[in-house]
Amino acid sequence: MQIPYTIEERPDTGLNNSKLGIWVFLASEIMLFGGLFSAYVFLRMAAPVGDFAYWGSKLSIPMATFNTLVLISSSVTVIMSWASLKMKDFEKYKIYMGLTLLCAFIFLIVKYFEYTGKFHHGIYPSSSTFMGIYFTLTGLHMLHIIGGMIVMGYFWLPFGNKMWHSNPEQFTNRIEVAGLYWHFVDLVWIFLFPILYLL
Amino acid sequence: MSDHDNGHIQEHIKVYLTVFGALGVLTLLTVAVSYLNVSTIEAIFLALTIATVKASLVAGYFMHLITEKQTIIWLLTLTFIFFLFCMFIPMITYIDHTSLS
Repeated sequence: MQIPYTIEERPDTGLNNSKLGIWVFLASEIMLFGGLFSAYVFLRMAAPVGDFAYWGSKLSIPMATFNTLVLISSSVTVIMSWASLKMKDFEKYKIYMGLTLLCAFIFLIVKYFEYTGKFHHGIYPSSSTFMGIYFTLTGLHMLHIIGGMIVMGYFWLPFGNKMWHSNPEQFTNRIEVAGLYWHFVDLVWIFLFPILYLL
Repeated sequence: MSDHDNGHIQEHIKVYLTVFGALGVLTLLTVAVSYLNVSTIEAIFLALTIATVKASLVAGYFMHLITEKQTIIWLLTLTFIFFLFCMFIPMITYIDHTSLS
């Protein structure tokens, strides 16, 4: 079955279906993280004074700052990969998408060292309320990174990017949609970084 | 693609790189202000203000929201209202205290 309006805009929404679809999905994601941010506020308000700051001080600010810069860089490379397709430069697309995947991989490696560092010091999600919400929020965010890597990895590899040769416009739309998701993942981290590491 | 379209994308790329620079500077600024000797409320206000500016740059320029169709703007406005509601739920615990004594 052919999915309608993958390229052309629907007259009633003024959008192609893939773009409307990803925004509805992202709206649901806002509520998913919104619920957890709400839980963070609730737990912080109920915690003894200084408890969150004490446990938060056990996290590595340099590692998280580095990871923030890595994610921001990946947001630029993913949009550059889309811009390259818009300019019909498939080779540049592959470079920029490869760089995006590399950034995502670096983010995961840093997170691995952060997590194992905590476990090494006997700090687990059960250690405190702060650590419970810290591992929940960063763990869910990390799953989103892995999900994005799977999708973008597919579009980067030859069997996933062959659509460029048969239907370049639809392939460009796919990259735009994947990019929107990736920017959202970056956006969530922009808020996670200060509330977990700095406050 | 015509030269005109290519030029249009090139202009977009310049904006993306400018936003990238701004996001990098704001990230370092977030870390710097966290070392200021201010009260918790002031620290929260500063950190969330900078984070909101960064998020607006990402949403506005990287996600093209500043030029996006009204359908998406309305969808996100509705979502934002529900998000704010979610954020205010914890406040109810302060407003609606039940005394056990």
